[in-house]
Amino acid sequence: QVALLDIDICGPSIPKMMGLEGEQVHQSGSGWSPVYVEENLGVMSVGFLLSSPDDAVIWRGPKKNGLIKQFLRDVDWGEIDYLIVDTPPGTSDEHLSIVQYLGATHIDGAVIITTPQEVSLQDVRKEINFCHKVKLPIIGVVENMSGFICPKCKNESQIFPPTTGGAEKMCQNLNVSLLGKVPLDPQIGKSCDKGQSFLSEAPDSPATLSYRNIIQRIQEYCDQHHFQEEKII
Amino acid sequence: ERSNLAGVRHILLVFSGKGGVGKSTISTELALSLRHSGKKVGILDVDLCGPSIPRMFRVQDNDVHQCDSGWVPVFVDQDKSISLMSIGFLLEKPDDAVVWRGPKKNALIKQFVTDVAWGDLDFLIVDTPPGTSDEHISTVEALRPYKPLGAILVTTPQAVSVGDVRRELTFCKKMGLRVLGIVENMSGFVCPHCSECTNIFSKGGGEELAKHAGVPFLGCVPLDPQLSQSLEEGRDFIQEFPRSSAFPALAHITQQILDGTSQRSS
Repeated sequence: QVALLDIDICGPSIPKMMGLEGEQVHQSGSGWSPVYVEENLGVMSVGFLLSSPDDAVIWRGPKKNGLIKQFLRDVDWGEIDYLIVDTPPGTSDEHLSIVQYLGATHIDGAVIITTPQEVSLQDVRKEINFCHKVKLPIIGVVENMSGFICPKCKNESQIFPPTTGGAEKMCQNLNVSLLGKVPLDPQIGKSCDKGQSFLSEAPDSPATLSYRNIIQRIQEYCDQHHFQEEKII
Repeated sequence: ERSNLAGVRHILLVFSGKGGVGKSTISTELALSLRHSGKKVGILDVDLCGPSIPRMFRVQDNDVHQCDSGWVPVFVDQDKSISLMSIGFLLEKPDDAVVWRGPKKNALIKQFVTDVAWGDLDFLIVDTPPGTSDEHISTVEALRPYKPLGAILVTTPQAVSVGDVRRELTFCKKMGLRVLGIVENMSGFVCPHCSECTNIFSKGGGEELAKHAGVPFLGCVPLDPQLSQSLEEGRDFIQEFPRSSAFPALAHITQQILDGTSQRSS
């Protein structure tokens, strides 16, 4: 049973990617109802609260924090195995607030996404420092857009070159796990735009294999961690 | 007392709404192109959490100095034709995270807008983070008295990116900021081995949005590993790779900006 919470208030992409554009949030006695993709996958996003795709959420920090609090407090998720929180880029209000508000419960950790270039890594090192500062465990780093294989000649191109060693070198230097590398596949963008599951649409893509390996490693981390927690109790 | 922006002829903001679409890349290439057209350019980097501009000019280790009128911007070369200001220059260590809430960010942005001694510039390009929040509101409000030329919006071709840029268009409208046009970045990749073109991030979304919103479409910039490499190394792509696939598009975008400003003056 999975819940996906989109706290990118200015740029909520999750509804579209899940094929839920245009859906609305319903209120009941027990709070806001998540929008369900499947019986076991519920989603919440500010996207569901906007009436038009042109509507902009032009809010300063405090108002964004208020909505994030509501998302955590007022959404009736039910019993869930995993709550996944998608965040905007940066190390600001949304990031501080989500860590603060979830502080009373237990956060397994953060998965940090980067592309191979230094321009991305230099921001990701800051994100890693942010996690250390707020004592948020890091499950690991994913290197996205890691190479492209031409569908015609099958040669690989590094469109976003890892000039400083990519995520692999950074993870070694900072003692953080590299969960995996996901190659570029035009089908990924297409599936997201259509709101369909890439994993179902392209089961044989090398990117699908990468995603599945990464997800398995995340599950293993969470299972191990849980086991340790229970031992302590 | 003369304001620090009194010598700046045109102010241009680069927005997106979506992260990772190439705002800083476009800001950098625009600055390099304008320099090659003989213009004096400044870049104000108001991305406080992820300041990318200094490294794109290989000046990430430089310090900022003060003068009587405020901060002296960092010049990227001896000609002093491009100058920069970014929080990146103020950090003790490059990996230091700026973990600030809105009010603290707003305070620094106000200072960045009024307290940098730019001197005389033809263009000041303002590079922004993704979103429609504190940084964007504060920057536009602080720049209002100086009558910016307008905003360039960057998107990748996919619907998921275009969706956020639609919101950014609304932001510009609400804030009374003219939209100079939309750039569709990462639009197609030509394989260097066999020349097959693959639309890795789809195609056409930016152009469609421009049509739908009634704003100029400035052009498609393809994915170009030479461009990515240049940015990584802080090199002058415009000077070094004029035969590269992204060059014509970037030159065309710059020309449209220059044409726009000459129209405005006449």
